[in-house]
Amino acid sequence: MTESAAAPAMEAAATGQPLRAVVLAGGLAFEREVSLSSGTQVWEELTRAGVDAELRDADAELLPGLAAAPADAVFIALHGATGEDGALRAVLDLAGVPYVGSPAAACRLAWDKPAAKSVVRSAGLTTPDWVALPHSTFRELGAGAVLDLIVARLGLPLMVKPASGGSALGAQKVTRVEDLPAAMVSCFAYGDTVLVERFVDGVELALSVVDLGEGPEALPAVEITPASGVFDYTARYTPGLTEYHSPARVAGDVAVRAAELAVQVHRVLGLADLSRTDAIVSPDGEVHFLEVNVSPGLTETSMFPMAVEAAGHELGDVLSRLLSRRATSTR
Amino acid sequence: MKTSEIRALFSVVSRPEVVSLAGGMPAVTALPLDAVGSMIGELVSGMGAQTLQYGSGQGDPRLRERICDVMALEGITDASPSEVVVTVGSQQGLDLVTRVFVDPGDVILAEGPSYVGALGVFQSAQARVRHVAMDDDGLIPEALEQVLLECRAAGDRVKFLYTVPNYHNPAGVTLSEARRVAVMDIADRYDLLVIEDNPYGLLGFDREPMRALRARDSRRVIYLGSFSKTFSPGLRVGWVLAPLAVREKLVLATEAQVLCPPSLTQYAVARYLDTQPWREQIKHFVELYRERRDATLESLDQLMPAGTTWTRPDGGFYVWLKLPHGLDAKRMQPRAVNAHVAYVPGIGFYADGGGREYMRLSYCYPEPDQIREGVRRLARVIEAELDLHSTFDAVDTGTFRAVPGRTPSHEAENIVGPANSDTYEDGRS
Repeated sequence: MTESAAAPAMEAAATGQPLRAVVLAGGLAFEREVSLSSGTQVWEELTRAGVDAELRDADAELLPGLAAAPADAVFIALHGATGEDGALRAVLDLAGVPYVGSPAAACRLAWDKPAAKSVVRSAGLTTPDWVALPHSTFRELGAGAVLDLIVARLGLPLMVKPASGGSALGAQKVTRVEDLPAAMVSCFAYGDTVLVERFVDGVELALSVVDLGEGPEALPAVEITPASGVFDYTARYTPGLTEYHSPARVAGDVAVRAAELAVQVHRVLGLADLSRTDAIVSPDGEVHFLEVNVSPGLTETSMFPMAVEAAGHELGDVLSRLLSRRATSTR
Repeated sequence: MKTSEIRALFSVVSRPEVVSLAGGMPAVTALPLDAVGSMIGELVSGMGAQTLQYGSGQGDPRLRERICDVMALEGITDASPSEVVVTVGSQQGLDLVTRVFVDPGDVILAEGPSYVGALGVFQSAQARVRHVAMDDDGLIPEALEQVLLECRAAGDRVKFLYTVPNYHNPAGVTLSEARRVAVMDIADRYDLLVIEDNPYGLLGFDREPMRALRARDSRRVIYLGSFSKTFSPGLRVGWVLAPLAVREKLVLATEAQVLCPPSLTQYAVARYLDTQPWREQIKHFVELYRERRDATLESLDQLMPAGTTWTRPDGGFYVWLKLPHGLDAKRMQPRAVNAHVAYVPGIGFYADGGGREYMRLSYCYPEPDQIREGVRRLARVIEAELDLHSTFDAVDTGTFRAVPGRTPSHEAENIVGPANSDTYEDGRS
């Protein structure tokens, strides 16, 4: 990636006017609070970079607003279903509104964690063994028998998490078999399907990828060390509760393989512009894919901005270049 | 799920698609807004030299006189304006009282459940809260005496009893007349200071205001009052009524905190009480809240699945609902947010991890139709959660148990929530 000085005002090629962007934040997902923080950060960075940016929610006012005051491009800082399951992007496609980020179909795939894991494994990458089941399966076949089978096959500990969604909401590590049903009950409160995954112990990495027009490029890995040992919602969004190291304190060959994995995930899932893959490095140096985020957090404590900084770039510069590219070219 | 996660889920509540039965926001749009606006405008244009200036730390003398008139409605007829300290909401009043009386490690007695804002104050003072059981008639005197005996045996220093006797937040119940007598008798025998927090006392649906605890004992009771529910929470005007020796300390403490309460809002309240039909306005509020309470109870009666129980408030803002056995309101919250209905999980109203099976429903803010829709959504959420539990509760391998037991601390202290009283099991028709 090459760096360029931020222009005093980012201009749309056709008009010579400053680029006009709508930054979408909020939404109706569990991650609304995070999204509002991300959106505010994006809005500030774009404004500082000379973009005429407007921060708004994804609500019933959005489409009339975009029709009345068209944007050169939309920056989607929505997390959770609204921003990441592809539906909003499909609507923006229908409206002919360019946006930064992955296309709708790729988002749908990435949003479905079990489906994404299947694709990633088919591509020859490593991901922990898993099973994804809806509540109805447990009801119909008997929860005890199914849980017994899961434990027999995947062993303990296990990670139990909603099959879609981010920020670790609803995710739990289960080390004792007797805690598994309660974890399932908690997890099903977030959605109809639960992903149960073999727990892999090791170094947790956030692997950011950005594509400024020259192909997807991995940014330095961010190593995550939560004080509590669990990188849950609180550890993610409470400053001081988690230590981050970027670049990660892993061997050079591991860092290279982690970067390759993140870029490959980005490619095989058909992602665009930016993504963040969460991975874990087991003691044998293997890099395991956990999940990918098509709308990575962009708050002050988020890992994508840390990776950008570790790469020696300015966040505002990267974001405005992503925006400018979408505003001036078709997919 | 931790507090920060709950806060995250609550962020969705601000969207209009979500019916919020969570917040305790008074229906301020029912105020005569034009009249209030003109009144405040005149206070600035005509009296700006006073209303925009610093004031006394104790609060505006004229307002303190009018506060005494308001308290007289609940039987406090011996209060002197010199005993009143105006505060930035009664929340600041509680903070001041706690700062004056409580040292780290001291014990504060409070109803179980108790007002979450008070628990926050006590926590920041590093006090230990012991909950005292309630039922439909409010705080149970026998339980209070038992806790006092236990504290005495343990050598704990009990600083005061904190109580919301009228239309309790969150339980919705009211301390009966007989129990008021009994509680004050116990306070006398055990030399117990009582902090009476009374924001809802004038918002009874079916009866005249009850006689305050402070009306029975001016020496042993410190009274917290507020205009947040009877006029406007945005003005942040409350007060403390305390004996003169305590008042001195409160004034010093408030001067250290805020120098003086805001002049403009004090003048606004005093002028409102002087010039507006505020008693009629309270009646108007009461009618509005009664209608919303009725909508809530009717919907609950019609829609809630078996095993769900709730209190039937005759004033104030809140219904305290107990879920069918084994359900956890906090764990269920993501499902409720998905269904676009919000409530406050009961655990927030306990200092000891109790209250998991409970939730607080507020009917003060949404319109009756919204309330009915919100309860409909909530009923579906509970039914879905019951379905889920029926799947995982059925797991019977000898090791599997879907629902963890109640927390050890909750059981160890034998603190009983209100719905453990049999009377609460009658809440459902």
